[in-house]
Amino acid sequence: MRRKIPLTIAFVFGIVMIIQFFIPHPVSRDFYQTMLDWRIIVIAFTYILAVSSLIRIHINKVRRKKTGWGFSYVTLISLTVTAVVGVIGGCFQPTQITTWLIEHFNWQIEQRTVLMVIFTYIQIPMGATMFSLLAFFIASAAFRAFKARNLTAIILLLTAFVVMLGRVPIGELITKRLPEVLQLQNIVEWILNYPNMAAQRGILMGVGLGMMATALKIILGIERGYLGGGD
Amino acid sequence: MGFWEKVMRLDRRWVFFLIALAVLIPFLKPLRLPISVTKPVKDIFDEVEKVPPEGPPLLIGTDYAPSTAPELDPMLYALLRHCFATKRRVMLVALYPQGAGMAQAGLDNVLPEFPEVKSGMDYVFLGYQPGIGSVILQMGEEIRRVFPTDAYGVSLDSLPMMEYIHNYDDIAFMMDLSGSSVPMLWVMYAGARYEQRIGVGTTAVSAAQYYPFLNTGQFKGMLGGLKGAAEYEKLIKKKGYTEARKVATIGMDAQSIAHLVILFLIIIGNIAFFASKSHRKKTKLTSG
Repeated sequence: MRRKIPLTIAFVFGIVMIIQFFIPHPVSRDFYQTMLDWRIIVIAFTYILAVSSLIRIHINKVRRKKTGWGFSYVTLISLTVTAVVGVIGGCFQPTQITTWLIEHFNWQIEQRTVLMVIFTYIQIPMGATMFSLLAFFIASAAFRAFKARNLTAIILLLTAFVVMLGRVPIGELITKRLPEVLQLQNIVEWILNYPNMAAQRGILMGVGLGMMATALKIILGIERGYLGGGD
Repeated sequence: MGFWEKVMRLDRRWVFFLIALAVLIPFLKPLRLPISVTKPVKDIFDEVEKVPPEGPPLLIGTDYAPSTAPELDPMLYALLRHCFATKRRVMLVALYPQGAGMAQAGLDNVLPEFPEVKSGMDYVFLGYQPGIGSVILQMGEEIRRVFPTDAYGVSLDSLPMMEYIHNYDDIAFMMDLSGSSVPMLWVMYAGARYEQRIGVGTTAVSAAQYYPFLNTGQFKGMLGGLKGAAEYEKLIKKKGYTEARKVATIGMDAQSIAHLVILFLIIIGNIAFFASKSHRKKTKLTSG
């Protein structure tokens, strides 16, 4: 029963959603809109699952004193503080509590809500910093691993050279006096528009066919991985 | 151990130091390298120019997180400045949870330059809704069904700008800013199903994957990475729409030098690799 009910739901709704696409009747459209509403609600519930899972993992880490358990405290405290501040103080529009606090303590908040202060002064710089570190690691990895060991590696290396130079103004400056076809930015455009695009199209078509095949397998009950393990 | 072998085993902190210098120096002493405008960027500019002033709005999707903000924020600022300076209306929507914060931060950054621009009159910030595909599809039927209020909790029905805006038929152009695959969903759902005209602003790393869509016209244009943003800044500055600091253009100097340093490191790494390889061979032969 635990398997049959989800399989039946997947089959019925999969077939009905395909059929309704070809019927432009008001009833069909209403059904389609209701399904979209349901989907948004279901996805909103997945966030509850995600947060509860995150909390469980970090509480377990703290209890068992696993490596780096101190950071789990930081995660849990940050999560709680941000959520409480957002719910009580408002996301983009200050709630009455925030307005009262701002007036009472004479706070000067440019961002209007405490959540946006946290976002602007903590989350944005931290996120940007984490991503910026990639530049350092990419440089180090390129120095150590990017070697012209064989023909494929040489082609990759040459392409990387041309694209890296051609995508920045200094590359344009270097080849400014050459004929137009030899200017780096034009070579880069050619690489992106032809070899790159051909490869990307192949990948996209493969992904598209794979998605269709998987969707059909799910609707027909052949692919059951999404049901999880056990009976 | 020979010289090249020592180079091969160079402490990576030296590499980090070189990159840090390459990024920092151009910020302290700008090179002001010339930036030429490419076709995909010019196409986006032309599409925004086609949006009628005080008419159907430009919809901007801020589907990115702070990690990609250094590349995508300048695009958002440039687009907002372009629209606000020319009295074009803007709608902002986020399908990424952090995207809503990015949109608000972008508005906070640009709005002080345009004191006459008002929420609900000249722009509407819809906020965030979960369920990317469903939200895009639902917006094609009726925006109010998925966003009954704006991000500030004001009913869309009470906003003067939203009086005649119900779905994609009432939106002139859509521009999605994202470092993920969300722009493809906009193409699949809003573009293919509702024939919405769409453009994309993305990180330099992701730009390559959008060329098939650019070539078929499914994306009307593209801002690729910091360079795309810098080109757009150049275009709006040339038209005299803004005198604001060109953040992307300033960053391009640093990116140019950093790329040169990485290329230099790759060359040195390869010379060291082959030199030490031949040195090892020679040693083997003499000892054999």
